[in-house]
Amino acid sequence: MVKYVGKSITRVDGTKKVTGDLKYVDDIKMPGMLYAAVKRSIYPHAKIIKIDTSKADALTGVKAVTTGKDFPKRVGLYLADKTFMAVDKVRYCGEAVAAVAAVTEEIAREAVKLIEVEYEELPVVENVLDAMKEDSPLVHPDLGDYKHIPIFHTMPGTNISEHFKLRKGDVDKAFEDSDLVFESDFYVPHIQHCPIENHVAIAQIDREGIITVWASCQSPYAVRAALTDAFEVPAHKLRVISPSVGGGFGAKAGTTLEGIIIPLAMKTKGKPVKLTYSREDEFNNSYVRQAMHSKFKTGVMKDGRIIAVKNQFAWDGGAYTEYGVNIAKSAGFGAVGPYDVANIHCDSYAVYTNNPVGGPYRGFGMSEIHFGIEQNMDYIAEKLGIDPIELRRINAQKPGGRTATNAVVDDACGLLECMDKVIKDIDYYTPSEQPKEPYKVRAKGFACGMKAPSMPNNAASSALIRINEDGTAYLSVSAQDIGQGSDTALIQIAAEILSIPPEKFTINTGDTAHNPYEWQTVASRITYSVGNAIIKACEDIKQQLVQLASIKLGIFPRDLKLEDECIMSTIYPDKKIPIKELALGLNMPDGSGVHGPIMGRGIFVPENIRNFDMNTGLADNPVVFWTYGCYGVELEVDMETGNIRILQVASCFDVGKAINPDLVKAQSEGAIVQGIGSALFEEIIMKNGKFMNPSFMDYKIPTSNDMPEMKVSFVENPQKDGPFGARGMAEPAMIPAAPAIVSAFYNATGVKINELPLTPERVIKALKGKNN
Amino acid sequence: MKYQIIFTLNNEKVQHEVEANKTLLKMLREDFDLTGAKEGCGQGECGACTILVNGKPVNSCLMLAVEADGKEIVTIEGLSDGEKLDELQKTFITNGALQCGYCTPGMIMTAKGLLKENPTPTVDEVKVAMSGNLCRCTGYKRIIEAIMEVVENNKN
Ligand code: FES
Ligand code: FES
Repeated sequence: MVKYVGKSITRVDGTKKVTGDLKYVDDIKMPGMLYAAVKRSIYPHAKIIKIDTSKADALTGVKAVTTGKDFPKRVGLYLADKTFMAVDKVRYCGEAVAAVAAVTEEIAREAVKLIEVEYEELPVVENVLDAMKEDSPLVHPDLGDYKHIPIFHTMPGTNISEHFKLRKGDVDKAFEDSDLVFESDFYVPHIQHCPIENHVAIAQIDREGIITVWASCQSPYAVRAALTDAFEVPAHKLRVISPSVGGGFGAKAGTTLEGIIIPLAMKTKGKPVKLTYSREDEFNNSYVRQAMHSKFKTGVMKDGRIIAVKNQFAWDGGAYTEYGVNIAKSAGFGAVGPYDVANIHCDSYAVYTNNPVGGPYRGFGMSEIHFGIEQNMDYIAEKLGIDPIELRRINAQKPGGRTATNAVVDDACGLLECMDKVIKDIDYYTPSEQPKEPYKVRAKGFACGMKAPSMPNNAASSALIRINEDGTAYLSVSAQDIGQGSDTALIQIAAEILSIPPEKFTINTGDTAHNPYEWQTVASRITYSVGNAIIKACEDIKQQLVQLASIKLGIFPRDLKLEDECIMSTIYPDKKIPIKELALGLNMPDGSGVHGPIMGRGIFVPENIRNFDMNTGLADNPVVFWTYGCYGVELEVDMETGNIRILQVASCFDVGKAINPDLVKAQSEGAIVQGIGSALFEEIIMKNGKFMNPSFMDYKIPTSNDMPEMKVSFVENPQKDGPFGARGMAEPAMIPAAPAIVSAFYNATGVKINELPLTPERVIKALKGKNN
Repeated sequence: MKYQIIFTLNNEKVQHEVEANKTLLKMLREDFDLTGAKEGCGQGECGACTILVNGKPVNSCLMLAVEADGKEIVTIEGLSDGEKLDELQKTFITNGALQCGYCTPGMIMTAKGLLKENPTPTVDEVKVAMSGNLCRCTGYKRIIEAIMEVVENNKN
């Protein structure tokens, strides 16, 4: 009988968040703190001829100035293509070229104005499709010299930093055999994550040379790895603390401004240096979601079976693709969405341009490709005269079927169940009731989606649990609660196994000096991966407790169990000893002690996740799991103004096991509204390499007024290696949003839109096009 | 140039010297260590910095500190009485109306101001009143529900 897992216990971090007590990095004030400001490039692509910092240096109150030349080593998570500040040339408008630390923010900003940079402009690579052409100017002429993880295929001499190829079956023959062949193109623009907390970091170096970085980051260990690499310092001398994170969505998965302030802190004799991004910085200089062009050619049989897909994804990776290469690869793994297609030819390219730097955004790769995949399903269904839901059922990946890379689909694929649930919740087959106003139309739409965590095969987790002398416990991990609720869910897992109630736990995270290794808080992998490490730490503790209790009670270990905070006999329930009495070890009758304090250690790395074949992209076990699900949407289009109102959304995902059902639903709700933003409003407007709308005034994100009625649910087909059967869901929960909305729009208006977002202007233009 | 101002801050009279160009948000965060109000945009577009000025919700990033002279200011820190939380703080917790928490102080202060003016607004009125406070995490549903729970209690 489970007691805590599967229960919607209240979040453990509520009180400190509603009172304002929780300190985020920007709330930290230290004695002698200095403030940094950054000189940024005004050109999207230019050679740096000269940087003159002498006037800034001379300004009273300025304590340090640094430029890219101070640390020219290239680093990066998957591809070492970036420096924290531009060295010889700038590759996007806004790139850091110099930085200043001063006693006040005002002086720092003043000093930055005094830095003179001489540039020689270079031709700008604005458009990703042009960037792929042979005669395009190169953003990284030295690509061939950059180090990268061997699974990536860079193309030196071009702007292509990754070409992922998937070759399955025989597409040419399959197209010949097809009854019908469809072709279509789609485009999704750059969008921005927009956590409400902007990026911020503080760095300090003490006399022993220990660097401490306080950063709002999702992955303290990944930040440490990047910084130790860039600044060539040993890991034990670089401590990353992330006390709390005000939203991430992928934006805070990597390392950005930390690398700008460390060189400053190295020059300030122990004084901490703080850099806080403004909202404009946040828009322009933190990772953007890459824009992407997709092309599909699909071969189908009259009965609805899809037998061939040839597609191409061109990702606008921007100025640096240290993370972007992995997005292109992941998209290739999911090339045909949640469908079982025997013959696939997919090319996915990460491409350098002089646009802002692309990086991971909630559900990376998958939201972007599903926009096309799912609309395509609707077109095909219409042309074949088959119900679009039925077409999806026919082609859906089902247990025993095959994924795009030819892996066998797990028994735990509950896509069809999710579809049944959503169809019922949105009452899909009952046409929308039409509003009184003749210029408004309502309709429903539907889309599926899937995602796997995209990470290195050996992405590892660890957990330490210490039992205190009163039977309470410390749980130490380096998973970051960035709002998703991991602190609560992870405590629930530990509480369940140790039979210690959740309120008796304190969870410690976000400090590389004190908490054990974690690869990254990304990819919807935390509950799964850290949950597994915690289970092992609990088993470790249990085994120690049983051993001691066995001595104390004189009962053979096999006849002991852990229940209600006690080790007790399975035969004589009154024979027991509370955990707290064993917390520091066992006291023997002669006064001696044995064993010592109870501490549990748990480590986890997914088993047998193997590389794919570099020539074909095929792989029998390339990812830990796929999470499947779908959306149903009802919306209203105002044909006069082009405004769209989302009336209701139903979503359902196969989460394996909801450790905390309320938290799962909360993730689904947040994902729906974020998805609505990406479908209706959000788009970075670039003009001549400049970001034109870096504010909430000009880049609208959804407000409480845009919130639809939401019916969120989940099904639970257990993940065989997941903690209590759980798998990740917070990113998958956003993926079908945009295509479901576009599908409903088409059903309402009969107009196809192949480009996001559906702004009133775009809608009106499309409607006019139809009438002409 | 510095100005002397006298105002009420979380129920206490205070006297303070402040630069003419300093925003109220900066003064609260830097001079009084009241860091509950956050800067999300600094341009009046996100609501993370919302506090109450004479009972009304205000974006403190847009108001100059000197304008606080003679006013009554309440921040999120002044809403609870020691460990005794305000009704809204409680329903935000029990409804799970927060995730990362960065928008939360501002949300609660805007809701507080609304309910002071109108203790029993409709759901639609609440949605409109809250629409200047951005949240990227929750999808707003639980925030609206948390506020409506207090509204329901106000009706009884
Ligand atoms: S910080 Fe004041 S409204 Fe955004
Ligand atoms: S809870 Fe994160 S922004 Fe609202």
